[in-house]
Amino acid sequence: MTVLDQPGAYQLAPPPGWRPQLDPAPLLPDAEPYRLLGTDAAAALDPALLTRLYREVVRGRRYNEQATALTKQGRLAVYPSSTGQEAAEVAAALVLEERDWLFPSYRDTLAAVARGLDPVEVLSLLRGDWHSGYDPRATRVAPLCTPLATQLPHAVGLAHAARLQGDDVVALAMVGDGGSSEGDFHEALNFAAVWHAPVVFLVQNNGFAISVPLAKQSAAPSLAHKAVGYGMPGRLVDGNDAAAVHQVLLEAVRRARRGGGPTLVEAVTYRMEAHTNADDATRYRTAAEVDSWRGHDPVLLLERELRGRGLLDDDGVREAAERAEELAAGLRTRMNQDPALRPEDLFAEVYAERTGQLREQQARLTEELAADAAAEQQSQAGRSGR
Amino acid sequence: MSAPETADTARTAEPEPAAPRKPATMAQALNRALRDAMAADPSVHVLGEDVGALGGVFRVTDGLAKEFGEDRCTDTPLAEAGILGAAVGMAMYGLRPVVEMQFDAFAYPSFEQLVSHVSRMRNRTRGALPMPITIRVPYGGGIGGVEHHSDSSEAYYVATPGLHVVTPATVADAYGLLRAAIASDDPVVFMEPKRLYWGKADWSPEAPEEVPGIGRAVVRRPGTSATLISYGPSVPVCLAAAEAAREEGWQLEVVDLRSLVPFDEETVVASVRRTGRAVIVHEAPGFGGPGGEIAARVGERCFHYLEAPVLRVAGFDIPYPPPMLEKHHLPGVERVLDAVARLQWESDWTEGGGK
Repeated sequence: MTVLDQPGAYQLAPPPGWRPQLDPAPLLPDAEPYRLLGTDAAAALDPALLTRLYREVVRGRRYNEQATALTKQGRLAVYPSSTGQEAAEVAAALVLEERDWLFPSYRDTLAAVARGLDPVEVLSLLRGDWHSGYDPRATRVAPLCTPLATQLPHAVGLAHAARLQGDDVVALAMVGDGGSSEGDFHEALNFAAVWHAPVVFLVQNNGFAISVPLAKQSAAPSLAHKAVGYGMPGRLVDGNDAAAVHQVLLEAVRRARRGGGPTLVEAVTYRMEAHTNADDATRYRTAAEVDSWRGHDPVLLLERELRGRGLLDDDGVREAAERAEELAAGLRTRMNQDPALRPEDLFAEVYAERTGQLREQQARLTEELAADAAAEQQSQAGRSGR
Repeated sequence: MSAPETADTARTAEPEPAAPRKPATMAQALNRALRDAMAADPSVHVLGEDVGALGGVFRVTDGLAKEFGEDRCTDTPLAEAGILGAAVGMAMYGLRPVVEMQFDAFAYPSFEQLVSHVSRMRNRTRGALPMPITIRVPYGGGIGGVEHHSDSSEAYYVATPGLHVVTPATVADAYGLLRAAIASDDPVVFMEPKRLYWGKADWSPEAPEEVPGIGRAVVRRPGTSATLISYGPSVPVCLAAAEAAREEGWQLEVVDLRSLVPFDEETVVASVRRTGRAVIVHEAPGFGGPGGEIAARVGERCFHYLEAPVLRVAGFDIPYPPPMLEKHHLPGVERVLDAVARLQWESDWTEGGGK
């Protein structure tokens, strides 16, 4: 017998009290992004849902085009486009109930619009108007978040608070491949898993963080693989397949709602435009690469599926385009009107009650404005008096 | 050492407690404030590292998890940005989070959440999403703490519009101001002078005396010769300096700011206009410290009443020193008296310090 077999010999044992916490296997994402459109499984999809997705994605594409045009006309200060990402943007909005909360980043204005918000209000930030143009409490959409991923812990805290109160509320937080490198991404997912919070994290992997490609952003097997490290499931889905991303997100929302905890969903997509109108994408990617995604366009994939199943004809396409044009035309008209901002608002909501210093500063500004107005009147009177 | 309390006139006839009343420490008063706030308002939630089972490294949250449950007094993962970010979300949903940062310098990872969101969310949303969050920060030195345990970071918070910055120097204020901070709909960075945590005072949790609210300074010791303006751990230093100064013939007035933002300009200006001389005392480094802002304001409002420039006694402009050297860095009684001596007494050409 060996030394180890002798009586009283040293017994190999794991550290005291150690138990494997969780089987990691079910948490791992599929090897390939999940797809529905164009597969046999698509036949089982609800035609009404498909049609709705199609109309929303077409509308979303028109919205993106119109918003981009508005920057060229100087009506928007900046527009970070989600052209090419309409399926994921729209799905994020459609899977939520009215009582749920959405936490968008600055690129996710389409998700807010698809949720039913007034596009002019949503675009307030990007117009150079007030930082948040809509009421987050009433709409249950958090303000567009500029510092990436910093709103992810907010989503966790809100979902946690709702669960503590016994309220059936799910939070859906949106971030990109770039944002997934931020510390707040890590901390939010960790908190969400430890607290079993009803949150869905949607990572739209659109290939770039401005100019930095995914390969320089992360060495993970996929961004969805990050989930296992936190103890939550990770799902990998074709972000341009509206039906697939809708289904995956809906499953995640339902799971959260019935107490199953958080999920990380990675939607693989592509940012067809530059980072914003101010960016020159030719400096870091080729036209050939961009073109290679045109055949995988979210609008195209839906149209192909619907036509193939006899659910869409030319009339339907035209109708969807007309509805989309209504949105664009309304946006154009309203954005052509200058917003009326009040300098007094600068002081109104810094605190619940203005400090003495703020009251003084506001009084000074009011004086300056009055003096400017008086001077303007005088010079006008002077001119017209000639 | 604890600041001498003003006579308690607030207590009316009450049945004598069965047991003799023990003096309470600041840490106990803070604990009681948290407890009373949580009992009075179910939306108050405490969260932070070690606040639950351990009761906090300074025991300030002792007993809360036991009394109110782990859902209301929660041990969080070790991630300050996540803690404060989660608190933002909780506040968005209508809760009143009270976050503990374990030590002053460990709050820095949460600085982005504080400046980008906590301080701006109300303004950003035109009042739709106020941030009724209290962030408790044990600060200051003099406890022999190794690197990162003795910082005074209030200058960063004072420089961030949208935050209230509050700091008690007495046991009664610890209770009263923390209750006020929690009840406030504004985000409050509540700076707790850790070296005063164990200072005792004749204060009863059963009948906590009323104290002035946030935004009011208090004259702790009236005087005529010069005004010492201070807050937090430097208030007892100023009171000791004022006591020692009597031998030099100075009657020093000591103003405890209690609140850096909102700043009580009225009380400070009234005092300096009376005395004609001012010294500001704080542990934070002098350059860029709150004393500079206060000195500028006092200079502007009291210029024609001043007999001498407004002086500051502050920490050196160095990273906080090792504990074995910290006594050279911290403003002490001697340095305060040296500053008072430099207030150009030779210019006092009228009888009794007139103008």
